[in-house]
Amino acid sequence: MEQNTENLSQVRHVVLVLSGKGGVGKSTITTELALALRQEGKKVGILDVDLCGPSIPRMLSVGRPDVHQCDAGWVPVYTDAEKSLALMSIGFLMEDPDEAVVWRGPKKTALIGQFVTDVSWGELDVLLVDTPPGTSDEHLAVLENLKKHRVDGAVLVTTPQAVSTGDVRREITFCKKTGIRILGIVENMSGFVCPHCSECSNVFSKGGGEELAKLTGSVFLGSVPLDPQLSSSTEEGKDFMQSFPESATFSAISSICATLLKSLGN
Amino acid sequence: MEDVPSNANEHCPGTQSEQAGKASSCAAIAEIGEKLSTVKHKILVLSGKGGVGKSTFSAHLAHALASDVTKEVALLDIDICGPSVPRIMGLEGEQVHQSGSGWSPVYVEDNLAVMSIGFLLGSPDDAVIWRGPKKNGMIKQFLRDVDWGELDYLIVDTPPGTSDEHLSIVQYLSATNEVSLQDVRKEIRFCQKVKLPIIGVVENMSGFVCPKCKNTSQIFPPTSGGAEKLCADLSLPLLGKVPLDPRIARSCDEGRSFLNDIPESPAAQAYQKIVQHIQDYCSNREAEQSTT
Repeated sequence: MEQNTENLSQVRHVVLVLSGKGGVGKSTITTELALALRQEGKKVGILDVDLCGPSIPRMLSVGRPDVHQCDAGWVPVYTDAEKSLALMSIGFLMEDPDEAVVWRGPKKTALIGQFVTDVSWGELDVLLVDTPPGTSDEHLAVLENLKKHRVDGAVLVTTPQAVSTGDVRREITFCKKTGIRILGIVENMSGFVCPHCSECSNVFSKGGGEELAKLTGSVFLGSVPLDPQLSSSTEEGKDFMQSFPESATFSAISSICATLLKSLGN
Repeated sequence: MEDVPSNANEHCPGTQSEQAGKASSCAAIAEIGEKLSTVKHKILVLSGKGGVGKSTFSAHLAHALASDVTKEVALLDIDICGPSVPRIMGLEGEQVHQSGSGWSPVYVEDNLAVMSIGFLLGSPDDAVIWRGPKKNGMIKQFLRDVDWGELDYLIVDTPPGTSDEHLSIVQYLSATNEVSLQDVRKEIRFCQKVKLPIIGVVENMSGFVCPKCKNTSQIFPPTSGGAEKLCADLSLPLLGKVPLDPRIARSCDEGRSFLNDIPESPAAQAYQKIVQHIQDYCSNREAEQSTT
């Protein structure tokens, strides 16, 4: 099949969301950034390339729609009538949500190749690419297939503890080796405010993200606290940015979004 | 979907694999089988999702099992791209040594050996940007070329997912494994597909007790019933629930065992109970095998 580069021609910015470690909140940060960008009036797309654990469909409550085809390729799934948030995920292509994708690298590489080039995104301000943890097949495949198109850079997500920042240091080396600009570091799960007594506990330590940014000369985009309202919103697929505009988490995410837009030159 | 045909023999690497049709991998499997035939129990720690505490659990399981000085315990970290076991075990900066009989693992205690790709990297910034076949090669070396000695327990900490590393380790460790499992139905499907017995499920980060007011909050609310419902649905044993405790994260960062540091904490007690379940499972299995 002919490689289709047209599909990305109207996408203004491509941003990867990376982390060396799993479970630090890449998908949550991707989802909330997309929702925050939409509130800023941007048209946003999310490409979920985590083949073994796609979680974005659930976070955006789009269920398991059929993916349609058009002349230009696969039509992404829109979460709203205005088509301001488009999503494509491997989750849509699986028949059974419990089914494990037990694939080795070459097969993953082939599917991601299609994914990146065959989705008809149309006009987008920002395309966020949510990746699985690590620095392996999926990441190389995404980069190879995006080579013809410009990748603006990567947002790195970490939790504050050293075990996590240690993995992100490796991810920074990956970015340097592959020539990806680091747009900044987000510290997620930074402190938990007890709903009973308002005491803030640093469940996973604190400050690791900021320290790492200093150490590596990267921009620190901000920290997002642990917030049960945020985790239940993503579990239930509700728009946190719309439901809790008063919360500290909301302002943390909007400020990260604003800094990100600035570094993209908007 | 699957690239290994369902009727293929046990060690088939799959038609898409770069190892397909190459005799060396078949030879390696026999060699590894021979080498690990004296290991009494092989326990995989798996999870479909990252960051749920696999490495933390593996490390503490190893510490707890090794607290019995008559047992020889080894912890193998096959998370090639994100090895966190060296830090959690307090072994950062350690190097592997060569000996006549292979690579020597790094010892935390006399009866607790650790191996990780982290010991082979020059600096904490080194990234291992490898595709599947190279990762498989590394795992093969860990099993074949490391001088493990006689082991009662080999605990294998895995990366998240159900991919190259998992297929390799299952392929190499043959059918006598036992599995401890954290999280998610997908991984259970994986175990069923590759015919691994499941010891049970551990629910981690289950509730947070505020150190000031002692009230419990659910930071990660179990909206769909959590591990309890998962186990009930699939008739699997729930080994236990470990609460979130900031002291666990701190112990891990500093490379100490919080089971020794704060044995009276509810999290440490939950861990001990889970380890007891696993020990019971293993000794029952041993008894079963000796009677048959």
